Amino acid sequence: MTIPVSWFLVLAAVLFGVGAFGVLTRRSALIMFMCIELMLNAVNLTFVTFARTMSDIGGQTTVFFIMVVAAAEVTVGLGIVVAVFRRRSSTSVDELSELQG
Amino acid sequence: MTHLAPLIMILPLAGFLFVLLNGRSLGNRSVGVIATGVVGLSFLASVLTFVQVLHDHSREVTVNLFTWISVDTLHVPAAILVDPLSITMSLFVTGISTLIHWYSTAYMEGEKDFRKFFLYLNLFVFSMLTLVLANNLVLTFVGWEGVGVCSYWLVSYYFDRDAAASAGKKAFIYNRVGDVGLLVAMFLLFTHTHTLTYLGVFSSTSLLSPTVATLVVLALLLAATGKSAQIPLFNWLPDAMEGPTPVSALIHAATMVTAGVYLLVRMSPVLALSSSGRMSIAIIGGVTAFVAATIATAQKDIKKVLAFSTVSQIGYMVLAVGVGAYGAAIFLMVSHAFFKALLFLGSGSVIHSLGGEQDMRKMGGLARWLPLTFPTFLIGWLTISGVPPFAGFWSKGDVLTNVFTHNKPLWVLGVLTAILTAYYMSRLFVLTFRGSERFREVTHQHDPHESPVAMTVPLLILAVLSVFGGVLDLPWAHGFSLTHFLAPTFGYVAPSAAQSTTLQTGLALVDVAAAAIGLFAAFTIWRNRVESATFEKPFFEHVWHWDDAYDATLARPLATAAQFSSDVVEERVIDGAVEGLGGSVRRSGEGIRKLQAGMVRQYALAMVLGATVIVVYLVGRVR
Amino acid sequence: MLATTYAIPDVLVFVSAAVMILVGAVGVIAMTNPVHSALSLILSLLGVAVAFLEQSADFLAAVEIIVYAGAIVVLFLFVIMFLGVDKSKHPHVEPLVGQRWFAGLGVAITVAGVIYLMANSHWVSGVLSASTGGTALATGAGNVTQLGDSVFTTYLLAFEATAGLLIIAVVGAVLLARRERTAEVDDVDDDVEETAADAGRFDEDVASQEVES
Repeated sequence: MTIPVSWFLVLAAVLFGVGAFGVLTRRSALIMFMCIELMLNAVNLTFVTFARTMSDIGGQTTVFFIMVVAAAEVTVGLGIVVAVFRRRSSTSVDELSELQG
Repeated sequence: MTHLAPLIMILPLAGFLFVLLNGRSLGNRSVGVIATGVVGLSFLASVLTFVQVLHDHSREVTVNLFTWISVDTLHVPAAILVDPLSITMSLFVTGISTLIHWYSTAYMEGEKDFRKFFLYLNLFVFSMLTLVLANNLVLTFVGWEGVGVCSYWLVSYYFDRDAAASAGKKAFIYNRVGDVGLLVAMFLLFTHTHTLTYLGVFSSTSLLSPTVATLVVLALLLAATGKSAQIPLFNWLPDAMEGPTPVSALIHAATMVTAGVYLLVRMSPVLALSSSGRMSIAIIGGVTAFVAATIATAQKDIKKVLAFSTVSQIGYMVLAVGVGAYGAAIFLMVSHAFFKALLFLGSGSVIHSLGGEQDMRKMGGLARWLPLTFPTFLIGWLTISGVPPFAGFWSKGDVLTNVFTHNKPLWVLGVLTAILTAYYMSRLFVLTFRGSERFREVTHQHDPHESPVAMTVPLLILAVLSVFGGVLDLPWAHGFSLTHFLAPTFGYVAPSAAQSTTLQTGLALVDVAAAAIGLFAAFTIWRNRVESATFEKPFFEHVWHWDDAYDATLARPLATAAQFSSDVVEERVIDGAVEGLGGSVRRSGEGIRKLQAGMVRQYALAMVLGATVIVVYLVGRVR
Repeated sequence: MLATTYAIPDVLVFVSAAVMILVGAVGVIAMTNPVHSALSLILSLLGVAVAFLEQSADFLAAVEIIVYAGAIVVLFLFVIMFLGVDKSKHPHVEPLVGQRWFAGLGVAITVAGVIYLMANSHWVSGVLSASTGGTALATGAGNVTQLGDSVFTTYLLAFEATAGLLIIAVVGAVLLARRERTAEVDDVDDDVEETAADAGRFDEDVASQEVES
């Protein structure tokens, strides 16, 4: 008997929670990006799990696309980080508060 | 041949539009020629149409121009009703207008807004003809408002003078009060008869209950009091004398102010339904005639005397309408147009010769300096005083005879008014043309000069008309008189007691006696006086304190209310609400603004907490 | 108890994957040095790859390692080195009042709630659904074939769209990260001005000569 679905799902949920906590508490834009990657991977894990459970390759295909999008996102995001750092010599998101009301 | 009838209306409009569009390239002379010419042609068209009507079998012809309003049951055509009444009206309107246009070309020479003056004058004639020729109340109302607005523009023609500007406003506002009456009458008639054409209303008078008929008549009376300057809305007319004298002659003496009388006569089939309504009309007319005559005895401005005289004479007309003597009313209206235009234009000539002076105390002895104005004015004076054989004697006699057979007290009032009329006109005449020459100070010792030909010829024509106007309706010429011509137009009125020749002669003698008393008294009193505290009662001079009464009862409370609205309601309530709302939004915005700290992690936390709330809610539902 | 229910190797693989994932994840958010965080991220991603493998997603496991652990994390490291932000300045000073407490509480409640919801839902009970009508998953090489079929037939439009997305992302990244050549531009401007000034001087000279002549 293989590992039940619920184990993987709980694991994914905990991974997502850790990632979210990191996004909320770390101030470095770089670390926040990494945490977002963690959250994406948690989602990927659930997709793969459900693909197995539902016997549907669509779940895995979705993961494939998520990876592509994540790669693109990281590319652009890190480009922004680099551009911001050039101007401010800092990657702290707390200092980027020009849009306050 | 009735296709000529629209031309009567269209010609002045065409003149107006032509001058409006090409005026800048036209000289003053061509503007005057065009404006006078189109009205003259319009008069010609009226004459031709009149001949046509005389020879036609049917004397009521409707000429449809186009469909104007067609909504549900409301169908209002733009159509002309050619019948004896409307053609009589348009004849004298266009005729008098032509003369006064001609006169104005000389009188207004050198005014800076010469072109504008003739624009308004042409537009006025068009509006007046619309009023007269319309075959329904709505189109009449258009003309009614048109003459009102033209009157406003022309009264405040010298708008840089305060008095002229406020006189224009006064005329306009008084007329609006009257207009409400016409509107109410239209609403009532439409509600009960579902039509607004004259012939349609007249053929369905059976649908009007006595109460409704009385209400309609009273509403029409209100309209007439506004336009025709009757009590209680009469005191705009004297102020309207601030306009140029030809305007006073044309609009405020000969034509527009008779519109109210015309309306009442036009609606005579409805008037026939309500004896109490007709009684009100008669009383208003009689009282106005008397009150205005008393006021005229104490005025010092030559045009003011003539203005109150106009109010008084229109009072006679309304009185005649009230007793059902529609023919007499129209007869007086026509002859009044002749002699009052003559008197106004004559006074204009006098004023012109004295360089704008209107105060009679500074005139006197002008007879030898104005060789043409003096005799024509003399004829006008004798005519209005009721001296035979001039037109005024016949027309006023016609009215008074009819009043005598219907209502004795009003007849007494009418005779008293006739005495006063002769008196104040003689006073005016004596103060202006007789006595010592008091004008030297005004003219800087120069001799007064007679007016140019363009002004004196209309005077001569009007004088001739005043002399012979009586032949329109001589008492013994039954079957070939104005009244007989007009009779088919009028509503049914209970026939009065037969007027025997003896009675008529006796009443005529009374009229002559009244005129003689007035003339004699005036000559006795004013031959050697310029002013007199005894005979110029301040009460009369101040128009029975009528304006003061309106001021105290209406104007001041309204002004107080307006001040209250402005100071308290506007500032506290409205501004308070608006600014309070704006302020509260701004304050709450400033509070909420702090939430937008620009901290991206705070926003993320808000998202997470939102997700938490949703999950907790779902957990709660699963349980 | 576990042994009686599940095959021991499977459990061991799962536990090791879970440990890798969670240790790596905690490492990402706990390390003060960004380089260490990135290395922890690699550990976590390797764990995810193992979890993929255990669920027969061979191709995705490979891609996970190559793209994520290889390309993306290397990109992270590259940027970290490039910018020289080896240490955050005040890692333990939290400027937002109560941010950590609220974050911890919110995340914990949400995750616990989601797990509770899963425990009470039929769709995670572990029973395979036969009603989806989907293709049964093959194992091994067959899985890659299936995935390829799916990507290039059913999801072809999405695939083409991601191709466009990647192009745009590359262009965007190049634009964003490009060094602004302000200094060079200034130099060029200066040169131009100098030339213009020279020209002006020359013109003046000519003009004065003309006046003199």
